[in-house]
Amino acid sequence: MAVASLSDVVVTTGSFPLLSGVNLTLESATTYVITGPNGAGKTSLLRLLAGLEVPSRGRGTVLGFDICSTERRELRRYVGWLGHETSFYPDLSPTENLLFAARTTGADVDLIPSALERVGLTHRAKVSLKLLSAGQQRRLSLAWLLVRRPQLWLLDEPFASLDDEGRDLTSQLIKAAQSSGATVVLTSHGALPAETNATSIVIVGGRIVESAT
Amino acid sequence: MKQLTRRALGPLALASSVATFVMGYFITPPDKVQGELARLVYIHPAQAWVALYLSFGAATIASALYLWPRTRSMVADRVAASAVEVSTLFIGLTLLTGSIWGRPTWGVWWVWDARLTSTAVLGVLMLGYLALRRANDDPQVRAKRSAVFAILTAVNIPIIHFSVMWWTTLHQGATVFTENRHLKIHGSMAWTLLLSFIAFSLDFAWMVRARYRIADREAGQRDVELDAALMARRTESAS
Amino acid sequence: MRLVLLVAQKDLLIERRSRVLLWQVAPFGLMTLVLCGLAVGPNASTQAKLAPGLFYIVLTLVALLVINRASQLESSRGTATSVQILSIDPGAVFLGKALAMFVQLSIVGTALLAGTTVLLHVPLHAAIVTLPVLLLATATLSLAGVLYGRIAASSTNAGTLLPALALPAFAPVLIAGERAFSSLIASGPLARWVWLLGVALAAYACVGLLLYGALEES
Repeated sequence: MAVASLSDVVVTTGSFPLLSGVNLTLESATTYVITGPNGAGKTSLLRLLAGLEVPSRGRGTVLGFDICSTERRELRRYVGWLGHETSFYPDLSPTENLLFAARTTGADVDLIPSALERVGLTHRAKVSLKLLSAGQQRRLSLAWLLVRRPQLWLLDEPFASLDDEGRDLTSQLIKAAQSSGATVVLTSHGALPAETNATSIVIVGGRIVESAT
Repeated sequence: MKQLTRRALGPLALASSVATFVMGYFITPPDKVQGELARLVYIHPAQAWVALYLSFGAATIASALYLWPRTRSMVADRVAASAVEVSTLFIGLTLLTGSIWGRPTWGVWWVWDARLTSTAVLGVLMLGYLALRRANDDPQVRAKRSAVFAILTAVNIPIIHFSVMWWTTLHQGATVFTENRHLKIHGSMAWTLLLSFIAFSLDFAWMVRARYRIADREAGQRDVELDAALMARRTESAS
Repeated sequence: MRLVLLVAQKDLLIERRSRVLLWQVAPFGLMTLVLCGLAVGPNASTQAKLAPGLFYIVLTLVALLVINRASQLESSRGTATSVQILSIDPGAVFLGKALAMFVQLSIVGTALLAGTTVLLHVPLHAAIVTLPVLLLATATLSLAGVLYGRIAASSTNAGTLLPALALPAFAPVLIAGERAFSSLIASGPLARWVWLLGVALAAYACVGLLLYGALEES
């Protein structure tokens, strides 16, 4: 069953095409890795799948929601996102951030302590987010994914800024997501850990040039 | 018919403006009390009508049409932007002619009169609208934010008007009609006044159309640039 | 309502942590008030006469800072993305942020009113009875502020764009607040100004509930 289907989608900023006509079908319970050079459109494609970008041409659906319409807002409820930048509110602690996110989305707040423990942030659970390193902030985003349990995991460079332990942890979480039947799409510059069994999507110049297992 | 209207608009606007000038300057007599100064009545009220009602009304309707998902189109956005630009110009002219009239009448260039003040506040809001458009590069973002700002301004106008009116008012009372809805001015003066409203309304329509066409061509140019950029980007992926 | 309170609570918690209101906004307001006193001269009766207008000008400027700060909370790309992904009901976000802003502005406004009473020689009873009008004015400024803050957010030079957009629209609040305050000092008509503030409040609330979602999507 297709989780996402994109047909000739163009995404622009000003008059620059971030994505220049993407055709793509993503199957459920599969892991995909998007690779390509800098500026190829990897993050833009991920943001499009998350309902964070508005296509200026083409059409597409993700998890059954039309990404060209206001259904994008509804789609985001079912998507888990791990971005490059500091997520959440820097002045709040990891626990406060997760509590806010969980309460506003109806996620189970009881899962927060175990999620923080799983990503190794229990000892930093009550300090301000801005005092955490980039790697620890990414671990917090992973903790949110554990609480949220989304159908579609969208991970932008999930292994960046992480130490070996963090990389192992991320690999384990991706595998756990795979085995729970979720679809995982991640971007990567370098080689993935060997155990990550993923279908490769190569994007260059805002277009998919190769898609193979 | 559409083609004919389009072609006739410019000449009609020009002819009616020239006719208003000739009637107002050469044919109508000077006023008993205000003398030659009263000729401003053939310019100022019609400018205010275009600035405050016609153009801002058009901008508000176009903005509402843009925000309504079923009628959303960049045409509505361009019409709104064009109307606000013309509105800003006419607000400036209204304030200028009002000042010219006010100096000999009230003895000062500016008074804190209700209509004058609310017109000035609206003028500043319109400048804000134009600043907002220039602060956003993405056409969709710009269109959405500008449309919300225009609606917010439309909602604000009566509030601004009443607040300033209760604050103070000095403006000249009704010029054309008495309280019993009888005409206060007669003959050639009344006809010229009516003509001025038609002339300025046609000027407004012509200016908005001209500005819209420029905006349309700019958008077309952007599309051409986007197509070229798309081609270049696709070439990047092919090589 | 639960979501509204959650959003408000979050914004207030951030304020409690960062103390921007206490260490930056309130001192700015008090300093502006002192400058106003210096600008009108040492005559006590002139200061008392001009006090309501000066107070509302300072309050409006302070409101701009609070609005700017509130819209900056979600301005970084990472935070903006996280919040977008949460997909919280836009009406709740609008009202929640306005509620948090109202609490902050009310605190600063009350402190400034105390400062005005002392520095610009306003009768104490007038300052006390004007408090409900001040709260109504700050509620209106908060609702409007969330909207204008969101319109200006993420634009080029958002910090300078915000005053250009919001200040003209704040004119009715300034007029109504100042007139009501003056009326309480010199026993003038009050009801129409309170009514005007109420209408403005209702108008901003309606527009916000209808259109904040459209702004969030941009």
